[in-house]
Amino acid sequence: MEYLLIFISAIFVNNIVLSQFLGICPFLGVSKKVETALGMGAAVAFVLTIATIVTFLLQKFVLDAFGLGYLQTIAFILVIAGLVQMVEIILKKVSPSLYQALGVFLPLITTNCCILGVAILVIQKDFNLLTGVVYAFSTALGFALALVLFAGIREQMSLSNIPKGMQGTPIALITAGLLAMAFMGFSGIV
Amino acid sequence: MNNLKVLMNGIIKENPIFVLLLGMCPTLGTTSSAMNGLGMGLATLFVLVCSNVVISLVKNIIPDAVRIPSYIVIIASFVTLLQMAMQAYVPALYSTLGLFIPLIVVNCIVLGRAESFAAKNTPLSSLFDGLGMGLGFTLALTLLGSVRELLGTGKIFEIVVFPEHYGMLLFVLAPGAFIALGYLIAIINKFKKA
Repeated sequence: MEYLLIFISAIFVNNIVLSQFLGICPFLGVSKKVETALGMGAAVAFVLTIATIVTFLLQKFVLDAFGLGYLQTIAFILVIAGLVQMVEIILKKVSPSLYQALGVFLPLITTNCCILGVAILVIQKDFNLLTGVVYAFSTALGFALALVLFAGIREQMSLSNIPKGMQGTPIALITAGLLAMAFMGFSGIV
Repeated sequence: MNNLKVLMNGIIKENPIFVLLLGMCPTLGTTSSAMNGLGMGLATLFVLVCSNVVISLVKNIIPDAVRIPSYIVIIASFVTLLQMAMQAYVPALYSTLGLFIPLIVVNCIVLGRAESFAAKNTPLSSLFDGLGMGLGFTLALTLLGSVRELLGTGKIFEIVVFPEHYGMLLFVLAPGAFIALGYLIAIINKFKKA
């Protein structure tokens, strides 16, 4: 039951993009087509889950054990940057087809603030490893959901006639605002 | 290059939020009031100036292949410094801004300026670039924060402009951030073309 609550709350109620404002850059940047949005969503889900496990173990067995809590930010960002590189190299060898699908998005993920954000949140919320992983994975699903929905809307919107000053980013932001408003409707369920 | 020009460039011509569209997450996440926007802006300003100067000083020592990780370490060190200082002196602001303080590390503006400006220019002009970009960022965040606070609660910097029950709560909540920023950018685009 606890896991189900975390799952639903991370996807719908506290959606990472639309209510916590993490990962806005890829949300606005790679959401012009549903296909690329799916690719980005999958890449984030993959890296986010692994990064959470690694940073959790790092925090518990290295930083906490030696009283180095103040190095959290530096240690996490380095581990995440290294991890993304490693995932890219391993994927290229092990599964070229998956690499083909996710390849372009992987380097972009290092600077995606939702990875570092979730890694720190898991520590702050005092989750254990299993709940942390469930939380990370559902957050990534929430990210993918928001991204795909938004891409779908933008695909439709590219056909419509938008006033000149509103073209590009302004209309995208306002659309995101309306989407966030729709997600607010979920706020009562957990 | 003229230092004043570098400074103004960051504030107006290449404003990180309204023109370059970098660093959107803290922009949307921390501007529920003018004060929070200002605080976040100043925090980023500090990191931006320090990291720009230091990176510009050490740019010739760092081998090209490992420059990005080195920059990240330098930036992360300053963020950690800032985190500790804020925790000690402004704990209330620190807890409101919360997660977004450590996340300055992954703010695209900081790394972006390090790579595109500080790595190619002298420490002094990098200082002005950091200052200009930081001020531009602070200005944008304070403006957005003021607009949201005014529309949401009828106040700017806690000063009452109109009674609170006329306010639209929506603008303090998440959707209001997207909508307010969208309209602000639209207005600025309009002026830019004119």
